[in-house]
Amino acid sequence: MAKYLLLKHYRGAPAPVNDVPMDQWSPQEVAAHMWYMSDFAARLEKTGEFVDGQALAPEGAWVRYDGEGRPPVTDGPFAETKDLVAGWMVIDVDSYERAVELAGELSAAPGAGGEPIHEWLEVRPFLTAPPTITE
Amino acid sequence: MDELLLRSLTPSVLTVLVRRGADFAAAEDAVQDALVEALRVWTDDMPRDPKGWLITVAWRRFLDATRADAARRRRENRVEEEPSPEPVPAVDDTLQLYFLCAHPSLTPASAVALTLRAVGGLTTRQIAEAYLVPEATMAQRISRAKRTVSGVRFDRPGDVATVLRVLYLVFNEGYSGDIDLAAEAVRLTRQLAARVDHPEAAGLLALILLHQARRAARTAPDGSLVPLAEQDRGRWDTALIAEGVGILQAALARDRLGEFQAQAAIAALHADAPTAEETDWVQIVEWYDELAALTDNPVVLLNRAVAVGEADGPRAGLAALAGLDAALPRHTAAAAYLHERAGDLTTAARLYAEAAHKASNLAERDHLTRQAARLNAG
Repeated sequence: MAKYLLLKHYRGAPAPVNDVPMDQWSPQEVAAHMWYMSDFAARLEKTGEFVDGQALAPEGAWVRYDGEGRPPVTDGPFAETKDLVAGWMVIDVDSYERAVELAGELSAAPGAGGEPIHEWLEVRPFLTAPPTITE
Repeated sequence: MDELLLRSLTPSVLTVLVRRGADFAAAEDAVQDALVEALRVWTDDMPRDPKGWLITVAWRRFLDATRADAARRRRENRVEEEPSPEPVPAVDDTLQLYFLCAHPSLTPASAVALTLRAVGGLTTRQIAEAYLVPEATMAQRISRAKRTVSGVRFDRPGDVATVLRVLYLVFNEGYSGDIDLAAEAVRLTRQLAARVDHPEAAGLLALILLHQARRAARTAPDGSLVPLAEQDRGRWDTALIAEGVGILQAALARDRLGEFQAQAAIAALHADAPTAEETDWVQIVEWYDELAALTDNPVVLLNRAVAVGEADGPRAGLAALAGLDAALPRHTAAAAYLHERAGDLTTAARLYAEAAHKASNLAERDHLTRQAARLNAG
């Protein structure tokens, strides 16, 4: 098995096909989208492939060390041009092909007009533990 | 409480329930309940007859579940049909369990999980922790696996090769956690090799014993990986090596060579060298040739190229590497190493950095990054 991160962006990904911002959907369309997402996670749990799913608030700040005895420096809010992660799902699957298949399903979540968003999702493999036998 | 003893009783308790007529999936659930119960109540003193205790508790759990199930079906107005207990032939039940849990209809990950639970006696929580997934996910993976094999007859011999692949995976791709999966793979493979007369079962046991022998020397105190050539061979476990070599020699004498025996032979040649410099690379290359004839796994040829580099010099190694697909895992790392040996440090440093970027695991990436940094600093 291999773990993959499916990464969803507020900003920074190529534009989706169905590119209407969520706040302009009807309440029913928003509800249908939410239901699709939670149902997707529930189905993955049933297939034994779900590891984790989290959403992030859009607000945040850059933080860095500023030297001995000084408080860390913060800088924010994020600039409008920044690539912004919205959330992720972690899956544990048999193959890369399966990870892509699942990302495709997740990207089909309904948006405006009840049509699939065709949102671009990033698929990233986790680094694993080293195998014992390498020679 | 001796958890290992408890777990070693799992397969025989499970097969007692199956022999009494319980279906595999329900029996396995009942045994798991009994194991969890034992872990809870056996904390201070073991019952005098642990196996009898487990059978009693598991059978009671099975009956409770069956009755609840039957009552529900009655409520649903269905005809109650209790399956009549079929006599099961007296074959080695533990072996049958191995075959069932590694059935070819299962994906490798499902087979691994089911084997660890039904044969190894690990709890779902322990298996989930070992593979870094939530317990609910692992529980679903196991129950799906049981549904998949629910129609498989319990009294037919299965395919040893599938069992060996599952045990190899448990050993080779075990994460670290509370449960030592490598040690568990050793235990289960020993148990299998004692029950089945198959040179490859012996080959796999020899292979994992020889690798397990190096375990203490494989990791530095800071957790980083120590490559074979730099390991402190004084820390290798000589008793495990002697055992592995003995098992391998007996298997090879039967003249039915297979992949695991060939891999074990390579591990044995490494184990035999008092220092890295004294390694018999010529013989290792010969074993890689044998191995390449047995499998079409291209990684074998990659490892062979590295061995050729040691036997005939880095230029010969690079020539062997040149014929292989550059997209193979660790191809760049091998090229970096051979270039360094050939004295081309600039190319080696560049390739180490590139290989680190491509590494699929953290320990290897860190190792390759250190190699690049070492050459760039020199």
